[in-house]
Amino acid sequence: MTVMPKRSVLDPQGVAVRDAMRHHGLPEVKSVRVGKFMEIEVEGANEDALHEICRDLLSNPVIEDYELRIQ
Amino acid sequence: MMKAAVIRFPGSNCDQDCHYVLTKEFGIEAEYVWHKEASVEQFDLIVLPGGFSYGDYLRCGAIARYSPVMRSVAAEAERGKLVVGICNGFQILCEARLLPGALIRNRSLHFVCEHVYARLENMETAFTHSEVAKADGKLLTARTGLLLHMPIAHGEGSYTADAETLRDLNRNGQVVLRYADSRGAITDAANPNGSAENIAGIVNGRGNVFGLMPHPERACDPLLGSEDGKLIFQSVIESASKKMKSSSGPIGKRQT
Repeated sequence: MTVMPKRSVLDPQGVAVRDAMRHHGLPEVKSVRVGKFMEIEVEGANEDALHEICRDLLSNPVIEDYELRIQ
Repeated sequence: MMKAAVIRFPGSNCDQDCHYVLTKEFGIEAEYVWHKEASVEQFDLIVLPGGFSYGDYLRCGAIARYSPVMRSVAAEAERGKLVVGICNGFQILCEARLLPGALIRNRSLHFVCEHVYARLENMETAFTHSEVAKADGKLLTARTGLLLHMPIAHGEGSYTADAETLRDLNRNGQVVLRYADSRGAITDAANPNGSAENIAGIVNGRGNVFGLMPHPERACDPLLGSEDGKLIFQSVIESASKKMKSSSGPIGKRQT
């Protein structure tokens, strides 16, 4: 599962990383956004329940979007 | 006698300060309530103190929001009881959707720990309407004390909400406190964390749930540099006791 700050929400961490990258010899970098990646091991849970918990606990829809990939 | 609950989560660290102010400064009864308790029904006022509940894992307040006690806090808020969330308590109230918006990483990425001025934007809320006699004999009222001098101490205090929510907050007088400079001007330089529109504290639409990033409990004694936080505690205690009286009145006048 990945969680990313919404485009409309300021991501000061991403801005700081972008600036550091520019100072370290990559002035071409336009923007960086920092999110989270979570590996979740489950057995036999249904997909709706997983989405529910992604939305209600693992991300905050006010400020973040998530993407769930099941494999 | 009115009774306040100070909710304790694993990682709360301003619980004793809140308890001290309620019991020693204002002489009301207050009890610590462990987050695993199922009910806060017997209390007239609920305080969610600051700290780092669950180590701020995942997002600040995100895990505390699912503590058993929070179901009861939400139910009591729904019934109109007064709830105050300070700092981490504010974050928990936002995560629990008892208040709109969210608190994200400070613009500077630094933990800020300093005294700030917060301007009172609404003096008629249950949390800001009272007058308090200060130690030096001066009277602090919402009007004279337009600027409250209080400490902040947080890494994730940047208030954010979408444009529609901000518009509604402004329109309904739900913005209670804004960071200001020492003359009361709302400027970007006086914004310690990048909060949208310098917002430092808001109430919900019904006006019974209040969240703020500054720490009024650390500003209730001249020895600590400020007594301005008293205005908030005095107001909420008066409001809660008024609510108690009106709900214990003669049958037929009982409020539901």
